[in-house]
Amino acid sequence: MSDTATTPETGARQPGRGEPLMEVRDLVKHFPLTSGIIFQRKVGAVQAVDGVSFDVMRGETLGLVGESGCGKSTTARLLLRLMDATSGSIRFEGQEISDLSGERLKTLRQDMQMIFQDPYSSLNPRKTVGTIIGEPFAIQGMHTGEGERKKTVQELMDTVGLNPEHYNRYPHEFSGGQRQRIGVARALALKPKLIIADEPVSALDVSIQAQVLNLLRQLQRDLGITLVFIAHDLSVVRHMCDRVAVMYLGRIVEMASSEELYAHPRMPYTGALMSAVPVADPRLAAEKKRQVLAGDVPSPTNPPKACRFHTRCWKAQEICRTEDPPLEVKEGGNVAACHFPLTDAEVAERVPTFRARKG
Amino acid sequence: MVTYIIRRLLWAILLLFVVSFITFVMFILLPSADPAVLRAGRQPTPELIAAIRENLGLDKPWYVQYLIYMRDLVLHFDFGYSYQNNVAVKETIFDRLPATVSLAVGGAVVWLLIGIPIGIISAIKRGTILDRAAMGFALLAISAPVYWVGLVSIYLFSKDLGKLAPIFQGSGQYTPFTEDPIAWASALILPWLVLATAFAAIYARFLRANLLDVMGEDYIRTARAKGLGERRVVFKHGLRSAITPIVTIFGLDLGILIGGAILTETVFNIPGIGRLAFDAIQKSDLPIVQGTVLIAAFAVIMANLIVDILYAFLDPRVRY
Amino acid sequence: MALLEIDNLSVHFETDDGIVKAVDGISYTVDRGQTLGIVGESGSGKSVSSLTVMGLSRSRNARISGSIKFDGKELLTSSDDELRKIRGNDIAMIFQDPLSSLHPFYKVGAQIVEAVRTHRNVSKQQAYDRAIEMLGLVGIPEPRKRAESYPHEFSGGMRQRAMIAMALANDPKLLIADEPTTALDVTVQAQILELIERLQSEFDTAVVVITHDLGVVAEMADEIAVMYAGRIVEHAKTDTIFAGPEHPYTWGLLSSIPKLDSPRDEELVPIAGRPPSLINLPGGCSFHPRCPYVKPAHMKTDPTLEPVAGSDGHKVACLLAHETRQKLWRELREGTAPVEARADVMQDAPPPEAIEALEETEGRPAPTTVEEQPS
Repeated sequence: MSDTATTPETGARQPGRGEPLMEVRDLVKHFPLTSGIIFQRKVGAVQAVDGVSFDVMRGETLGLVGESGCGKSTTARLLLRLMDATSGSIRFEGQEISDLSGERLKTLRQDMQMIFQDPYSSLNPRKTVGTIIGEPFAIQGMHTGEGERKKTVQELMDTVGLNPEHYNRYPHEFSGGQRQRIGVARALALKPKLIIADEPVSALDVSIQAQVLNLLRQLQRDLGITLVFIAHDLSVVRHMCDRVAVMYLGRIVEMASSEELYAHPRMPYTGALMSAVPVADPRLAAEKKRQVLAGDVPSPTNPPKACRFHTRCWKAQEICRTEDPPLEVKEGGNVAACHFPLTDAEVAERVPTFRARKG
Repeated sequence: MVTYIIRRLLWAILLLFVVSFITFVMFILLPSADPAVLRAGRQPTPELIAAIRENLGLDKPWYVQYLIYMRDLVLHFDFGYSYQNNVAVKETIFDRLPATVSLAVGGAVVWLLIGIPIGIISAIKRGTILDRAAMGFALLAISAPVYWVGLVSIYLFSKDLGKLAPIFQGSGQYTPFTEDPIAWASALILPWLVLATAFAAIYARFLRANLLDVMGEDYIRTARAKGLGERRVVFKHGLRSAITPIVTIFGLDLGILIGGAILTETVFNIPGIGRLAFDAIQKSDLPIVQGTVLIAAFAVIMANLIVDILYAFLDPRVRY
Repeated sequence: MALLEIDNLSVHFETDDGIVKAVDGISYTVDRGQTLGIVGESGSGKSVSSLTVMGLSRSRNARISGSIKFDGKELLTSSDDELRKIRGNDIAMIFQDPLSSLHPFYKVGAQIVEAVRTHRNVSKQQAYDRAIEMLGLVGIPEPRKRAESYPHEFSGGMRQRAMIAMALANDPKLLIADEPTTALDVTVQAQILELIERLQSEFDTAVVVITHDLGVVAEMADEIAVMYAGRIVEHAKTDTIFAGPEHPYTWGLLSSIPKLDSPRDEELVPIAGRPPSLINLPGGCSFHPRCPYVKPAHMKTDPTLEPVAGSDGHKVACLLAHETRQKLWRELREGTAPVEARADVMQDAPPPEAIEALEETEGRPAPTTVEEQPS
């Protein structure tokens, strides 16, 4: 493919470039905890997602990272309307979708698709690959002719690097990587504008992982699909995403272009995450001062007041316990919610792959 | 936990109301012989039948009958009187209950004693001749209908009819425990074995499958990695997990049987709840049917509740 | 004398489909206090080989041969009882998923007590005190209180700490860690790796860490063995593996993971195809169907693990000439190698002519040839 098709990788890319495909504002999802003998009353809530706002630009890859329980997968399900939000607004191409239902929701689903983590359990073992990939057509009543549907499905199989002759095979006849390709083909079937990939490679072997990542990148470049990429592996996220949002306990704590985020994380939590990634280079590994976070992520039922990270933050001071830091632009262009953002010197010490910002 | 139990008990009461109502409605709606006619004898005069109807309250609309029944039940714990012989239903049921409980509990002990060891041995010796033989027999035992097993066992082993080895008491020998414990036990041995056959087979297969699953768990590997002996790995770590689901089905099975083991009671002519219900249905004796149904429903509901409570003690992950 | 000496170990399982050659003649040694990293993908035999050291792969259908010497004692010929005395005592193991590896129905403290009392003739109270001491040592806050908790009441990181406490309760000489951090979040992974390193230096325990994550071994291991299809294909000091790897599979592993310090638009170079079936291994070098540098001879000759000239302790099982390998790696690292590793896994094996054509382009990376293995 030509270089013009690839998006220019300049550090100058700012949030807000281009037009937003999806605008999310103050998205909240609380799972109620109840108690009572006959009438259940609400005694608390798991604050899975607690006031998240971001835009997804047309044609970009937006990464959502964070530890398990940070709300990234819940956010994905809310965006796709697989789950109803407690409050907040989701606009897709300018249209509010958080209250859609019935036919209109079904129409919307043509434009948004999902790729799941586990290629073993997300494919029905009793259906042929052709049926699985063609299922979205059946649901939406498209390509109803038998021959026509088969042709379309086989084209899709070819696109994702599956042999179209294997149309009538069953999922168990494929390896993990190939199954994930089936998942990708199914997601592509309706020519969606947005694909949300929830940990698409974490169940795969290292050598297979790269095949699927390359496929996703290539498809995105060729088809101009917008991708929301959810993962816990920071190096995979950096490789895949134009912009990255870091989540902690149901909130976005830092957001920046990949270059900026990885060159100079500002939120101490982001810095700790990067510092924790084992580096496949013994010399760099020996040099770095590993920033090990103490303890576990607090319970989302009763998250810490003010800055949610203050219980584990080595820079926390009194104000962090009393005042919620706003998500605002910090030095270098990152948007972060922090009273005491990291300095370049602190970053250099902890993150071995720190490279000074260009220019 | 306490609120959970209270909530469950409230649900149980509601459920019993629903059950009694459905039984009543079915009785009214479905064609059955007129109880008054059955009661009246061989040459009933219309006057006699009318008198009996009035006497039994059958002349009132069905919903009034139901309300009266419920009023007596709730206020006085009164289950009414049999249409057939005017005996209080409550007394009849309490009369019959010991026989059914004897049969069910004794049978349960027998099937646990047979089924659990077979299940364990089969799982440990998986794939050996022993395992295949045990599972083959189990399949046979599950497939054989209980009344057939009952009749065949009487034909082969009962003292009066036995053709092969007349060593057990046969049909119609039931003696209450309070009268003569030895006679009680000897009369019940054959029914226990018959009742236990299918259950023992089911339990053996279920436990075997469970234990095999559990022995493949990661924590079994951990137990072995600690250097524990195989016996301790199987019994302390494997069986502890594999037996837990058995407790659930055991509670339910026992609850159902206390509601009446109709076939076994009929074959061996044991005067239990099952037989009572069976006879009452044939004679359109609504109060008795209603009483036995409520007892059976109560037994099942309570068994369910006890199982769920027990489960919370057996599996620390379960919390209410 | 090395603490653990494994020589030509093979573990084959007889199944209905054929013989699964899970481990096929591997040799390595681990010294006291040393850390060996075993890297490989699923099905490479890395877990089976370690379970065999513990005597945990003994079964009716397993055929185990070779030699495993621990502290001078041959383990393969030891009786089950002798092995049992070593397991959990001299050699301990921790596993990938700490939730499923702890018994859900017993309290954490009781599970550690059991480990202690299996090998030591101490009272329940003494064993319990030891359990609490260990829980404190691995960084579990309020160990006295937490010993009375069930595993499901712990977080993932705490569970793995408890597993480590249990494994180290009897002061083992060797700790085998099978994917100890794969199921954990990256921040928790860092905690656990640091813990293992700390305890190792404190107790001078030898560690074998099994993982698919090159990052984990880069940070922990002194030496690394790369396994593929039941064999060790490369073995060297950690620095050497990353600075001068000699096996195309190792190259593949290194270039298929995105790195935090490489340019972001760099393409990943995946290893084409997928790991072979262990029942029906490809003839010759088992990596040849996925190797971009394959030559016809490689499909017939079986490479052995040979020392690399001029590189101390470095061994590789590859049929390419040493000079060719060095040139290829140099090119790969500079990003100039004309590698066209095709991601197309459904591609059939190339016809013989194609292989012959390859011969003429000797020394130059050729397009990947892929052959599908029955699964």
